[in-house]
Amino acid sequence: MSEQRMPAPAGPASASASGSAGGFSRTEMMIVAAARALAGQRVCFVGVGLPNIAVNLAKRTVSPDLELVYEAGVFGAEPARLPLSIGDPTIVTGATAVTSMLELFGYYLQRGLIDVGFLGAAQIDRFGNINTTVIGDYAHPKTRLPGSGGACEIAINARQVFVIMRQSARSFVERIDFRTSPGNLGGAENAARIRREQGWLGSGPSVVVTDLGVYHFDASGEMRLDSLHPGASLDEVRATMGWDPRIADDLATTPAPTADELRLIREELDPDGMYTK
Amino acid sequence: MSSKVASMRDAVADLVRDGDTVAIEGFTHLISFAAGHEIIRQRKRDLTLARMTPDLIYDQMVAGGVARKLIFSWLGNPGVGGLNAIRRVTEGPGASLEMEEYSHFGMVARYTAGAMNLPFFPLRSYFETDLPKVNPLIRPIDSPYGDGTVYAVPPLRPDVTVIHAQRADAEGNTQVWGLLGCQKEAAFAADRVIVVVEELVEGSIIRADPNRTIVPGIVVDAVVVEPFGAHPSYVQGYYDRDNRFYRDWDPISRDAALTDGWLAEWVHGLSGRAEYVAKLGEERVTSLRPSAPAPSGVVDYGEYR
Repeated sequence: MSEQRMPAPAGPASASASGSAGGFSRTEMMIVAAARALAGQRVCFVGVGLPNIAVNLAKRTVSPDLELVYEAGVFGAEPARLPLSIGDPTIVTGATAVTSMLELFGYYLQRGLIDVGFLGAAQIDRFGNINTTVIGDYAHPKTRLPGSGGACEIAINARQVFVIMRQSARSFVERIDFRTSPGNLGGAENAARIRREQGWLGSGPSVVVTDLGVYHFDASGEMRLDSLHPGASLDEVRATMGWDPRIADDLATTPAPTADELRLIREELDPDGMYTK
Repeated sequence: MSSKVASMRDAVADLVRDGDTVAIEGFTHLISFAAGHEIIRQRKRDLTLARMTPDLIYDQMVAGGVARKLIFSWLGNPGVGGLNAIRRVTEGPGASLEMEEYSHFGMVARYTAGAMNLPFFPLRSYFETDLPKVNPLIRPIDSPYGDGTVYAVPPLRPDVTVIHAQRADAEGNTQVWGLLGCQKEAAFAADRVIVVVEELVEGSIIRADPNRTIVPGIVVDAVVVEPFGAHPSYVQGYYDRDNRFYRDWDPISRDAALTDGWLAEWVHGLSGRAEYVAKLGEERVTSLRPSAPAPSGVVDYGEYR
């Protein structure tokens, strides 16, 4: 979906499903909200695509000491440009350590050294369980998706999981077609018991950032809308989810991106608009 | 020790056989497109292709008709989208390519078990996911020490592993820097190993920096010297990832006729990598060189007599 940047200031009239809110696009708002959620975190496992730009923005704003870990085998990356692929040479030059993937997944991730793992999803359910494998039947899928990659082990071993994805009725579904990465399973109580019994170090999904808002998980393990992005409406939220979402009593409005955040995205992190156009 | 230096044509003809399980490894970095193209050119058949990330090279090889089955953990064009030639034979009622899928750590664990001659490798992945339901080779096992259950994956022992590296000597002692992926594990796991390098060096160069050796010549069968042999992937310190090619492949691969045309022009129509590099052109090649050098510091191993 393409988005047009609107000149600021833009009134509520511009806040349509296809449009953008004053002076920034919805993708930019989503990236900024995800970056802010990383404040106070120390070690972050970076995924391909939107997580990549969000984490690199966080390192330049709220979390300068963030250690960037790439599954390709890099700890403490200092990328000088935004890589298209997560295996770009720029994540190696100047990094703290380059490891084999056996070490990265074994010693760093499964050992519990990762505070936040970022995941995207083709489908997600109300409990944060994720599908990135197939749409439709596994043997004869309607759409063959990439599969797990490192997602299944990130969901199990990272101390917290952040999800960043656009909302649509096709992706926020009552029932996912395939469970690639476990979230809160069928509910928080059950999930906590299984995680404890199996000795998982991860506590599961904690934040979902979309183009419309920011969700956390309530005591029952279900996603709850805590903050609505400027220009987005609850009608849009409901129209792009396969279930009736829980909404916080004290629903907040996400603070709009600052000029500095927008400058970093547009001039430093994604000058070609690869992720944000 | 005799030299193992061979041409790509001879190495593939001698060491890759119809029906083999072949692993061309390298995680985004150091992917031997030169070997993949030679396998297509020689019209090998019924191969089981193993790779964590099939990447464009297996999309091209599947389009080229060499594959019967894929073993993998992430099927996509990184940063761009899907692998369209593979999707054509894996989606819908006419799906014809056999698939066996794992997670990244599962694939690494399989190579590791193969490299160590272990019957399985344990990991904490796969609990409460649907992956073991569709791949019965992923199985739960109880700890013999009574502290829980883990999942096991079986060893992966390729008939042939192909890796690309910055340099090796004529015996196959191979050095890599930058992303290491799982090439060491995939090479030790394999029955036969082909190493493709940017530069052939004297053994004294290898011995001056033994910490950088990932694969010793004792497990290597052939050394092929093929500069720019990893394009459009990259070689740390030598050339950059050709992101333009990764993007250009998307529309080509969406159309079966365009894909066949590309293979006819860039694989079957060329004798090998040297012609491919010449066809790519000096300007494209130069544009992919690093913008500046970034040499490592020198360490002193000391001499002890």
